[in-house]
Amino acid sequence: MSVLLEVDDLCISARNDDDELTPIVKGVSFNVARGEVVALIGESGSGKTTIALSSLGYTKPGLEFVGGEVRLEGEDVITMGADQLRGLRGQRVAYLAQSAAATFNPALTIGEQVTETCVLHGILTQKQADERAEFLYRALELPDPDLLGKRYPHQVSGGQLQRLMAATALCGKPDLLVLDEPTTALDVTTQIEVLKAFKSVIKQEGSAAIYVTHDLSVVAQIADHIVVLYAGETQEYGSAEQVVSHPGHDYTRRLMHAVRPPPAAGQGDETSGKHRREAPALEVKDLVAGYGKVKGGKPAITVLRDVNVSIERGHSVGVIGESGCGKSTLARVMAGLLPAAQGEVLLDGEPLKPALQQRSRSDLQKVQFVFQMADTALNPRQRIDHILGRPLEFYLGLKGKEKRRRIGELLQMVELPQEFAGRYPEELSGGQKQRINLARALAASPEVLLCDEVISALDSIVGANVIELLKKLRKQTGVSFVFISHDLSTVASFADEIIVLYAGRVVEKGTTDAVLSPPYHPYTRLLISSVPELRVGWLEETMETQEAQAGIDRVVTLTDKGCPFFDRCPRAIKDTCDQETPPVRMLSSGHAIECHLSEAEFAQ
Amino acid sequence: MSDTSQNTNPVTQFDELPDAPPKRKIKLSLPGKIGIGVVIFWAIIVIIGPTISPYHEADILDEELFIVPGSDEMYPDTDFQPPSKIVWLGSDYLGRDTLSRILFGARTTIGISLIATLLAYLIGVTLGIAAAVGSRFMDMALSRVNDALLAIPSIMFALVVIAALNSPTIPWLILITGIIYACSVFRIARSLGQEVMVSDFVEAARVRGEGLWWIITREILPNIAMPLATDFGLRFVWIILFISSLSFLGLGVQPPASDWGSMVKENLPGLVYGSFAPLIPALAIATLTISINMIVDDISAHSGGKLAKRMIS
Repeated sequence: MSVLLEVDDLCISARNDDDELTPIVKGVSFNVARGEVVALIGESGSGKTTIALSSLGYTKPGLEFVGGEVRLEGEDVITMGADQLRGLRGQRVAYLAQSAAATFNPALTIGEQVTETCVLHGILTQKQADERAEFLYRALELPDPDLLGKRYPHQVSGGQLQRLMAATALCGKPDLLVLDEPTTALDVTTQIEVLKAFKSVIKQEGSAAIYVTHDLSVVAQIADHIVVLYAGETQEYGSAEQVVSHPGHDYTRRLMHAVRPPPAAGQGDETSGKHRREAPALEVKDLVAGYGKVKGGKPAITVLRDVNVSIERGHSVGVIGESGCGKSTLARVMAGLLPAAQGEVLLDGEPLKPALQQRSRSDLQKVQFVFQMADTALNPRQRIDHILGRPLEFYLGLKGKEKRRRIGELLQMVELPQEFAGRYPEELSGGQKQRINLARALAASPEVLLCDEVISALDSIVGANVIELLKKLRKQTGVSFVFISHDLSTVASFADEIIVLYAGRVVEKGTTDAVLSPPYHPYTRLLISSVPELRVGWLEETMETQEAQAGIDRVVTLTDKGCPFFDRCPRAIKDTCDQETPPVRMLSSGHAIECHLSEAEFAQ
Repeated sequence: MSDTSQNTNPVTQFDELPDAPPKRKIKLSLPGKIGIGVVIFWAIIVIIGPTISPYHEADILDEELFIVPGSDEMYPDTDFQPPSKIVWLGSDYLGRDTLSRILFGARTTIGISLIATLLAYLIGVTLGIAAAVGSRFMDMALSRVNDALLAIPSIMFALVVIAALNSPTIPWLILITGIIYACSVFRIARSLGQEVMVSDFVEAARVRGEGLWWIITREILPNIAMPLATDFGLRFVWIILFISSLSFLGLGVQPPASDWGSMVKENLPGLVYGSFAPLIPALAIATLTISINMIVDDISAHSGGKLAKRMIS
């Protein structure tokens, strides 16, 4: 194989106010051969995106090349002029950004946007480009390839948009693709489908790719070579097989350690019974909730139907499901942000008022909500001590010295240095902000903590640390947790009980061990089998399974009639599953499954 | 365990904390510094202008002052005189001292504009925030009334009101200007407020059970203060120009009181005779407005730039 791109001792630095240079990338070298995928892997801040962008001859504002060469077929792209770069970008090297939803223009059709680059560069005429685009839609296994170009971005799903981005990049037959975390924001089931499409199309087109990610198990599926980066330096460079199976460097092992093991029984944390009292801490009974005007007990768009959940004191309950299944809606109903249309929420056996404004201050204190995005959940104009001090003052009436002492304790609880009290949120990193976000909820001394996807926005090592912290806090405080996530491995390692939500219905519920061991609800089985494993060749094996073929590449649809999972279920019974609401079966293993299949049938 | 060792002495550890974070200084660029210098200069003139002025603003200078020693011309022209030892910046169309009128006029021009801007902000921000946090009906009512007012060209609106009042007084002038400019402030405050209102941290405050007053004063206002301050500088400039143009049309400050806008208008015929009289008040307006703009640009560029730099380091 001939070498396409050579990165040779690349150094990039940031220039600050006083014209001082801080090195960001320190002498990184690697090669990309034709038809090969090279993965750059590391935490945020490791310089992986900066290196990937250098292959386009581009640096982010404030950064500059200080040394080394990036040669594309022997030509140094760093020293190229603007004219040459214009010919290079989009034509010979194409870039795929992380969020397809933010990259597509909602006002133009998909076809116009996919073909735009190569028509502008004059590689293809509009007609040729349209044909090429249609060919790519087929290669990427997108639905209705002949009509897709006429549709608008909002008419296709997130995973399909991500694949359309690949079509955009591939349309001009580039030599090199740069993929920047293309699957990070996706559900596991969608992630598989996108990975598979990328892998096959890269092979088919014979183009080379640089794949940037922090997820080692994703890399194991797609890359030929792996470059492990930390703080702008190469830690390890080798073939995927070698790096994944025999990691040579400590840092690689740390990264592998942060990859949570695939969900399986026996991972749940043990909880002591000492916090247990008679009534559950929080209970949801026969809940129906949704958005829009409520008419006769039914909202215009019903999201949650007949949901029953009970959270024992000191227990943590994981809520899992793909996006659009109503996980966040459930948390919002519990917090009082969204009043329920039917059913009730009980706190300590006492019914809570549906709406926030009617709840008493002590009710509010007992149920605290931790928002998903710490970046936006902390007021940028308030110092950390004000953010943490307010709930102390508001709920507990603490003032002056006592308040300051408690702020100090809270910071210690979330393992942050005391000096952070005087800082503003923007002076903290993502993981630190998430800790403050947690500390604010803990400041109220709550009984139930609602955690909505609290680690989804963090990269694997930082996320793993936050999970460790949560486990510790649970032991220390005896608070009950409702832990919402789309990542089954995270939930499996943290929760005592798991609730699997699909299209607003609880399809399976029970202790972590029971839910994660057979018999499974078909949806749970799909979720479990979709979590990438840290070994080469996993992707191909998984795509062969019955669940994957039936369930992947479908969107969650809310239905009034029958089982919502009907059209994705490999074991669906025609005329039964699509017509009748499935019964809730209590299985002998002690957990409940909502399905038409009987226990005997599950055993098969 | 590690957390027991950390738990040893939380109280003393925390008491050593600095109460406030290290002060963040805003480093101004050269144009910003020049701008501040000019604004300070005019602020001083507003305060001491009339006391250091060589003549009163309404004084029509005596012909005798202009008699050149040794000349037999007993009745020289006093209007549109070039700068000399008697009138440092020349004289105007009635033979009044331009410098004195500039010094007196600073107080009227800047004073009226500043009060009108503050009034516009008081009305605009209050109603804008009310529309942002209030019910849908309130937002609808306020916004439509505001749209109606905005639809009328501002100069026309002022002209009609002033004409109806028959004799314009300074309080009326301030009130009308304030109301006209409150309309645009309203729109900015409303859209900024709405944006913050839907943010997660406001939702967090609502889940906590905070009242509306807390949310407005602690969560919303601090987050919209910076863009509003930037806008305040620009709005102030526009109001100076607006009042000057009203005076230029003869409906602003009434003679013999001086204000920079009316000075330009009165002395316009002087251009034909090569007089400086209309240029000097124009220059005064220009220096003040450009300086304010330079400061505003510098601060807003700085606050944006600071964030970007922090993200890199």
